[in-house]
Amino acid sequence: MSEEAHPLASVVAGLAMLVSGAQVRWLDSRPDTRQRVYFSNHTSHLDAAVLWASLPPQLRVLTRPVAAREYWEKGALRRFLAARVFRAVLVERPGESHRLASAREALDLLVEALGDRYSLILFPEGTRGTGESLAPFRSGLYHLGQRRSDLEFLPVYLNNLNRILPKGEVLPVPLLSTVTFGPPLRLEPEESKQAFLDRARAALLRLSHL
Amino acid sequence: MKLELDPEVWLVLFGLVGLLATSTLVGLVLRLRVRSESGRATVANLNARVRAWWVMSAVFLLVLFGGPLWSLGLFGFLSLLALREYITLTPTRLADHRTLLWSFFVITPLQYALIGIEWYGLFSILIPVYAFLFVPIRIVLAGDTENFLERAAKIQWGLMICAYCLSHAPALLTLRIPGYEYQSAKLLLFLVVVVQMSDVFQYVWGKLAGRRRIAPGISPNKTWEGFLGGVATAILLGTGLWWLTPFTPAQAAGMSALITLMGFAGGLTMSAIKRDRGVKDFGALLEGHGGVLDRVDSLCFAAPVFFHLTRYFFT
Repeated sequence: MSEEAHPLASVVAGLAMLVSGAQVRWLDSRPDTRQRVYFSNHTSHLDAAVLWASLPPQLRVLTRPVAAREYWEKGALRRFLAARVFRAVLVERPGESHRLASAREALDLLVEALGDRYSLILFPEGTRGTGESLAPFRSGLYHLGQRRSDLEFLPVYLNNLNRILPKGEVLPVPLLSTVTFGPPLRLEPEESKQAFLDRARAALLRLSHL
Repeated sequence: MKLELDPEVWLVLFGLVGLLATSTLVGLVLRLRVRSESGRATVANLNARVRAWWVMSAVFLLVLFGGPLWSLGLFGFLSLLALREYITLTPTRLADHRTLLWSFFVITPLQYALIGIEWYGLFSILIPVYAFLFVPIRIVLAGDTENFLERAAKIQWGLMICAYCLSHAPALLTLRIPGYEYQSAKLLLFLVVVVQMSDVFQYVWGKLAGRRRIAPGISPNKTWEGFLGGVATAILLGTGLWWLTPFTPAQAAGMSALITLMGFAGGLTMSAIKRDRGVKDFGALLEGHGGVLDRVDSLCFAAPVFFHLTRYFFT
């Protein structure tokens, strides 16, 4: 993977910020190049792009959204954006791969994508919700933490994007949104899967009230 | 209808630059003088406001010199930004998405296009009649009836305030006033200067002499001293600018009184919405001022009344 951002990256990021009118807040956390997993609530197709665009340019180059293959491989534009601009890691939707083997394959893919310098954007609810509540988290976050104990997990709450581009709609209504980065978490040694997922989900919910 | 650099406009330009330069100097002195924590915050906000005023004044004047299309473009854009801030704060439901798309991308641009082609008849009823009926129909077609009336009313209200009312400011450019041909850009300049200076004077009087609050439940910063001092000063200013308008000094005084009172009412009314939604500002686009709607709220209320009185009595 090239170290340079695609020439269109800043244009796409600017466009995402324009449409979403995103106000970016870092609460008790700072932009940093150390390897992180940004995990966020998922309510709109804009989520990955807006979160990615909210990062400072030097972090954007190092941060890759994990996105549904089925959506991002449809059409030349989406394929181009996913492959060249976002450099997304495309995975099967979790619902479609109940088999343990394919879940392991997906995990391998993510660990490989992290390498020794990249960060990921992950939506642990697995699928887009309506924006009214936060679904229980899938276990990917925990397994990533087990494989890479040095990873920081940063909650990012996306507000109002579901109203800008709701499920099933094609054109966005350019309202204003907020992107809130919270303080990082780490998987503690001996921490159980459920405890960690609950803690991560609570950290994200907390941001929604701030 | 383009603003021409005649001696009167030169005078306004000099006055404006002088005022801004003075404000910048005062801000500089205050920054060196004021020591207290809360005083510093106020001065920082004041300086941010003055910086934003330089930019806003420059953009507005350039657009006036550019001609009516530029003015329509600017106000149309401001309408969209204001509507964006307004709808963000007024919860609609996901089923309203298509209605909102129509509001942003068809109704609002159309309102300004009608000014561009000077179709007064449709301009004055597009939103109060056609959009008024269209919005609830489109929501019904989406099939979600929860809080139906509330949602329809919110969108209608947003269109009225942000698009319809605000569009009456650039609509002044279409007025043909006998003895004042091709000078209507100066009328728009007059309206905006008096409305905005009224806000500024109210702010300054309020900071210097404000004691008794007018409406503590709505806007804690509005005081009787600020209101009366600000309105009186703005009326004096408006009267002193009579040579910029087709009005006699007495008429200019009456118009200024009307503009400033409507402007004050607009600021107060929009504050009620912010209060209800539990926020201080509609947005954060203009440093020190808040959002676009925080800056143009008074203009939204003053422009239609000023437009219609001028049209009725002077054309």
